[in-house]
Amino acid sequence: MSAPAEPVLEVDGLVKHYPLTRGVLFKKQIGAVKAVDGVDFTLGRGETLGIVGESGCGKSTVAKLLCNLERPTAGAIRYKGEDITKLSGRALKAVRRNIQMVFQDPYTSLNPRMTVGDIIGEPYEIHPEAAPKGDRRRRVQELLDVVGLNPEYVNRYPHQFSGGQRQRIGIARGLALRPEVIVADEPVSALDVSVQAQVINLLDRLQSEFELSYVFIAHDLSIVRHISDRVGVMYLGRIVEIGRDAEIYDHPTHPYTQALLSAVPVPDPEAREHRERIILSGDVPSPTDIPSGCRFRTRCWKARERCALEVPQLAVPAEFRLATGPAAHDSACLFAEEKQVVPVDGAGPEAP
Amino acid sequence: MLLDVRDLHVEFRTRDGVARAVNGVSYSVDAGETLAVLGESGSGKSVTAQAVMGILDSPPGRITGGEILFQGQDLLTLKEEERRKVRGARMAMIFQDALSALNPVLSVGDQLGEMFEVHRGMSRKDARARAVELMDRVRIPGAAQRVRDYPHQFSGGMRQRIMIAMALALEPALIIADEPTTALDVTVQAQVMDLLAELQREYRMGLILITHDLGVVADVADRIAVMYAGRIVETAPVHDIYKAPAHPYTRGLLDSIPRLDQKGQELYAIKGLPPNLMHIPAGCAFHPRCPMARDECRTDEPPLHEVSAERGSACHFWRECLDERTR
Amino acid sequence: MPEQPYEPDRVIAGTGAGGAMDLAAGEAETLEKTPGGPLGTGPQGKPRSLWSDAWRDLRRNPVFIVSALVILFLVFISLWPSAIASGSPLACDLAKSQDGAGPGAPFGYDGQGCNVYTRTVYGARTSVTVGVLATLGVSILGSVLGGLAGFFGGLGDSLLSRLTDIFFAIPVVLGGLVLLSVVTSNTVWPVIGFMVLLGWPQISRIARGSVITARQNDYVQAARALGASNSRMLLRHIAPNAVAPVIVVATIALGTYIALEATLSYLGVGLKPPSVSWGIDISAASPYIRNAPHALLWPSGALAVTVLAFIMLGDAVRDALDPKLR
Repeated sequence: MSAPAEPVLEVDGLVKHYPLTRGVLFKKQIGAVKAVDGVDFTLGRGETLGIVGESGCGKSTVAKLLCNLERPTAGAIRYKGEDITKLSGRALKAVRRNIQMVFQDPYTSLNPRMTVGDIIGEPYEIHPEAAPKGDRRRRVQELLDVVGLNPEYVNRYPHQFSGGQRQRIGIARGLALRPEVIVADEPVSALDVSVQAQVINLLDRLQSEFELSYVFIAHDLSIVRHISDRVGVMYLGRIVEIGRDAEIYDHPTHPYTQALLSAVPVPDPEAREHRERIILSGDVPSPTDIPSGCRFRTRCWKARERCALEVPQLAVPAEFRLATGPAAHDSACLFAEEKQVVPVDGAGPEAP
Repeated sequence: MLLDVRDLHVEFRTRDGVARAVNGVSYSVDAGETLAVLGESGSGKSVTAQAVMGILDSPPGRITGGEILFQGQDLLTLKEEERRKVRGARMAMIFQDALSALNPVLSVGDQLGEMFEVHRGMSRKDARARAVELMDRVRIPGAAQRVRDYPHQFSGGMRQRIMIAMALALEPALIIADEPTTALDVTVQAQVMDLLAELQREYRMGLILITHDLGVVADVADRIAVMYAGRIVETAPVHDIYKAPAHPYTRGLLDSIPRLDQKGQELYAIKGLPPNLMHIPAGCAFHPRCPMARDECRTDEPPLHEVSAERGSACHFWRECLDERTR
Repeated sequence: MPEQPYEPDRVIAGTGAGGAMDLAAGEAETLEKTPGGPLGTGPQGKPRSLWSDAWRDLRRNPVFIVSALVILFLVFISLWPSAIASGSPLACDLAKSQDGAGPGAPFGYDGQGCNVYTRTVYGARTSVTVGVLATLGVSILGSVLGGLAGFFGGLGDSLLSRLTDIFFAIPVVLGGLVLLSVVTSNTVWPVIGFMVLLGWPQISRIARGSVITARQNDYVQAARALGASNSRMLLRHIAPNAVAPVIVVATIALGTYIALEATLSYLGVGLKPPSVSWGIDISAASPYIRNAPHALLWPSGALAVTVLAFIMLGDAVRDALDPKLR
């Protein structure tokens, strides 16, 4: 898999460990939560990279690191070639204009004491150079219009809106500074099904309108497929498989991806008969105590002795290296093999 | 018929006015059957279940009409004391958030055993033995050792198994599961759902599965009831509804979920928002969001039309809706 | 079967946040751009905020109304005691010692022959001054220290937490007896200073906790992601959302400071005659409790009512500010 022509973000060996300490005043480190443990990816201009994984896999920590809300323990995040993890002060503030975040919970991501106008206008107060003072109100109203809310609502408070509308307000705030990259951390998982579609369509439309690049983080595989050009699957702090959406969904080679895909309930009762389901045993191990070798081996039905000894690298597996088909994409498995778990068109019901 | 809910009405009094959460819901469940109640937040799906269980917070909640016939007996006429005996022993509930539904200061063994001590008058020792047995039954590894553990020492999936064990303890005739897997990861979700379905078959229990997830419904349900604004808008055997919904709301829901097996174009989105329960639109509650709405939808509330022997749709134009899909 | 704690709010919230009725976004493209929108049938009044909601609740709460009236009256008489009491509280006539009610002295006279009514009225000023100033001092010091510790965390936070533990271990009355007995100044300041010294840890703990809670909200993260400075995050986003518990605890504490002032004065380490204070009067009247109970009852009654009023006010404010109790 060659990197997209013009990467906006390059993530290289990203690691975030949270120390576990004991002691009242003088703290002693007794271990670490390895939330992110070596993540690499690139994000091309105008591209959407989906990151999926179960809770605790570190995907939200990746989002925080990308937005500089946390400092990584190691590794680099390069925005147009410049490592933003080392920046501070003015330079950091300048980079922040270009990487914005949309949060999961529309109820805690808006300050309940501020009006919608103040919330969306705050970016301009923090970055006064982005918009002249007299122009701000007009810009805020424009933004409300862009995300599909009535521009007259500037003086209302967040609790006067429903979840989907609040998410639109959060998106408007993220757009205010005209960023190039938006990191969306589970932006629709708190919303009702019928409202989810509205917000996804909005994100889709804004992407082409504002030439945005998205890092779209979610646990819902169907939504990620819908919106993403490329998809990375995370497990216990690492990306185990990454590739174009069809490569991951129709030709997965990592057993975890296969299990994950097969477990997704499909809204089609016919499918329940002729669908093979891989039910994983057990739970995800604790990120304080990651298994040696391949971190998935404790739940993998293919695990052999070698898996405990050797850490599989994220690369095109040897058996597919010479092939040119869709199975030839990065997959961190020593025994990678292609397995179709999602019924491709024909097996499922015809598209509406 | 195991459970027969007839024309149930529930209101909530809040300081902003009266919210009509359930407005004439009727559904029934047979032994060994799985009824999925599907709806978005505020549709009244959980409130109906709470009314059936008798755990509705009142005030502010109040049952203002209807009957809940359980094994032929109207639960709403029972005294609280008798009602309590039904609860747990003959019908049980599984909640979404197992961590807050379990008592954090009692070991899981004590909580499971308590059911036997209180309802069956067993000795502590026997109750403990039964608790281990149950934990085995729901496939908690090392049950005999873990029986002394506290809820927070279990993972989310394991806690949900304990909730299931607890619900099963007295072998009830009916289980109500309110979003039992929503808080779990997909891989664990599948384990828990499979377990629940298997146990249900084995004990021939009736199961009411309350969920917003069309995928989960398709996987396990026999019949489905779709709720909107406190009413059932469509009810049908699960195969029929996915093939050809007879209500525009159901159709909208089905069309608005992204699919795993294809990268979609623009998603269909139901316009607008679910109604405020204090101001439910007149006529058909769905009409402001409905692409098929006509004048009569604004004034006449549609009854549940019989589509076929097993199907009903609360849409004036259910025929058109069906046609459009099959075309 | 354990019964799940059930919040009716949750059920209703899905319908557009309980009553705040909705503007029907619609599909972005087909949005209706008129105020209200097709679904906007709700009673959409002025924008509501926590404070206006709280104020609405308070106005309907009889406990609040009664305590607020009592407190307003107290503030009034401490500002203008001469409006309802003639004469000086220091004008005493031994000849009238322990006399009952008489003209101009509805509460009678105490052992020194002072007018109990006048002294009780004038005593309010001391109590209110001590209470208000001590509360202000405690709140400012406590919230600044606790708020900064909660926001920045780290070593400073650990140190402050241990320091508050130490202060909590000091028995208040004993501390007062020890510290104030060396003070010779007969003004309210040493008493207030002592209260601030021992009282700030209580507020600091509350402030620290609520700042930590508020800090974790996504809107603070959002502001950080926008590049907001620490002071902006603290003042604009955290403080307004963390101040409610501090206000509640401070209001209740105000009552206890008034009681503490009386206790210290009673013990002879607070204010001393010729200052006028309910504590001094209670102390002076206690030897004559058999002969002249009125001299004891009136100042103690005034003290009890005052303390109670502030505690009730704090209670009412807490109920109004805590949305979970709604």
